[in-house]
Amino acid sequence: MIKTVFALFFGICSALLVTLVAGESPFHIAWVLTHSAFGSRYDFGMTLFYASPLIFTGLAVAIPFRAGLFNIGAEGQLTMGALAAALVGAFWDVPFGIGCLAAAVAGGLWALPPAILRAYGRGHEVIHTIMMNFIAAGVASWLTLSFFRNPETQNPETMPVVHRFLFQPIAFFHEAPVTWLWLLGPCVALLCAFVCLSTRWGFELSVLGQSERVAHAAGIALKRRRIEALVVGGMLAGLVGVGEVYGNAGCFVLGFSPGLGFMGIAVALLGKKHPLGIIASALVFGALHKGTSDLDFETDRMTRDMSCVLQAAIILSLAAEDILYSKILRRFIT
Amino acid sequence: MLVFAQKIMGALCLMLHAWADGPLHVGVVLDKGGKDDRSFNAAACVGMLRAKNELGADVKIVEAIDDNAFEHLLRSFTQRSYDLIISVGVAQTSAMKKMAQKFPEKHFMIVDGEIKAPNVRSVLFQEQEGSFLVGAIAAMTSQSNKIGFLGGMDIPIIRRFEMGYRCGARFVRPKIQVLTHFVGVTADAWNNPPKAKEIALTQYQMGADVIFGAAGASGAGIFDAAEHVKKFAIGVDSNQNWVKPGRILTSMEKRVDEVVFAAIKDAQKGHFQAGVFHLGLAQKGVGYSLDTYNQALITPTIKKEIDTLSKAIIAGTLKVPDFYVGDSCGP
Repeated sequence: MIKTVFALFFGICSALLVTLVAGESPFHIAWVLTHSAFGSRYDFGMTLFYASPLIFTGLAVAIPFRAGLFNIGAEGQLTMGALAAALVGAFWDVPFGIGCLAAAVAGGLWALPPAILRAYGRGHEVIHTIMMNFIAAGVASWLTLSFFRNPETQNPETMPVVHRFLFQPIAFFHEAPVTWLWLLGPCVALLCAFVCLSTRWGFELSVLGQSERVAHAAGIALKRRRIEALVVGGMLAGLVGVGEVYGNAGCFVLGFSPGLGFMGIAVALLGKKHPLGIIASALVFGALHKGTSDLDFETDRMTRDMSCVLQAAIILSLAAEDILYSKILRRFIT
Repeated sequence: MLVFAQKIMGALCLMLHAWADGPLHVGVVLDKGGKDDRSFNAAACVGMLRAKNELGADVKIVEAIDDNAFEHLLRSFTQRSYDLIISVGVAQTSAMKKMAQKFPEKHFMIVDGEIKAPNVRSVLFQEQEGSFLVGAIAAMTSQSNKIGFLGGMDIPIIRRFEMGYRCGARFVRPKIQVLTHFVGVTADAWNNPPKAKEIALTQYQMGADVIFGAAGASGAGIFDAAEHVKKFAIGVDSNQNWVKPGRILTSMEKRVDEVVFAAIKDAQKGHFQAGVFHLGLAQKGVGYSLDTYNQALITPTIKKEIDTLSKAIIAGTLKVPDFYVGDSCGP
């Protein structure tokens, strides 16, 4: 825990030092980042808003990760989830829950081919989930533009969902697009924490993740667990679509995700694969994302690209957290 | 640390105070391509800088981190006593609509999007008209009777470019073949020069000798490919002839710079007009660029023919098919 927090701190500090090169004061940047993320109810609402999908994509990476599988396909899975949620909401008169279910199922189905190839065909899930990302982008743009396009606008988006499905922003946050749907993320994370830490299934995933041979010797059904882990990851990613479509856009907008699926990898790493840790780390990344969105405003030379610098520095520091701890932090403690 | 923070707060307050009176304050939110795309967004920046130098306006240009940030940035501008807020790109339509409703005392302008509100000026370009002309130029220049089109993503506005281009080429050479491809299916397609270069090389290999690229910052890859195989490319949005002199046949210009400048000028003089404006060849909103870099490539015969076409379009005797209203120009 302390190692991770120190690595996070170290990563943010080293990214801030980079701003010296651009002739900005790191303290000023730090102040802007903090103020922009937490300065007002509205700003905090935006931070929560950005954190929400990251909880899902963080979990989508973390659950397969517990079983030793690397799900890089959250981006494609969430695209399909959002598309499914939008289509159900626009064309099908069903209860709200079915819309959420459709998002999860679409995401899960999108993870299924790589999962089967991994379990039975020795195909590597990293390659296949990445490939599925591109297929998802292609399929989504084809379906959106050729069949379900909203003719009212030139922006590439689907028909709006019926009003019944839409959630209104909570007034407390002064028009930041945070709805009660936000709670879905933490609730799902709690559920994941229970399943991962207190059930046999979750235990088997961890065993498989730590040693395939032990898992095999213990009689764990390796193939099934692998498929299940990746499909559950896909379903979690698909749930991003619920908040995006029913809580924000009201339709599927082509290219709405600024790489949420890939940010999920960083979120899962910082959260140490622990579902509750992921809530915290999603909030950290949400705050950083919101903070960098204002750098353009508050400074003369910083742009949105600072977001990538921050993420990269944090990921590097997390990867090196043991070294950072033993070389730097321990000297101060002892 | 605390002292430092206080200093910064003080500086910020001073800045805010300075904003309260003095020159016209103009905020621009760019499309995701960003200010260095040498194309659509760069044209907006040129207009802004001109307004800064000639009119003394105070300008601030910001780029959005993702689609959801548009509304946030527009809101920040309106809350900080900016007088005129400009959105560049169709993706900001719904965000600006919301903000314009919320802040009726502010002036807004959107490029490429259509908003009907008493305080919003919407400027749309007749891209098909300019594309028609460069299509005709491409067809007349082509030796192989085959030309290419390379769009960023397969979205309606790019189809509008493509249809104008194809129809223009067919108008002067009915048998010409037009190859159409797109760089990608994600937003990355607007900023992926290596992939654009590969596709352009393929099109050249398939026999095309002129390629019109409408792919934002990816266009740089098309120009590289043109230089590599010694064939021609056509630039888009800004005048890009200078990027690879001699290889860029011409550029289909969208005068975003003029439009931005005009809006700032109007706002400063106090007669900012709201409404929806469609700018075509007649209003000089679109056109093809002719300068020292490409004057050797556009022969007098081509120039004469294009001028005739241009006049016919302006007079209304030649109607250019528009993808938005469901036109077509044959398969």
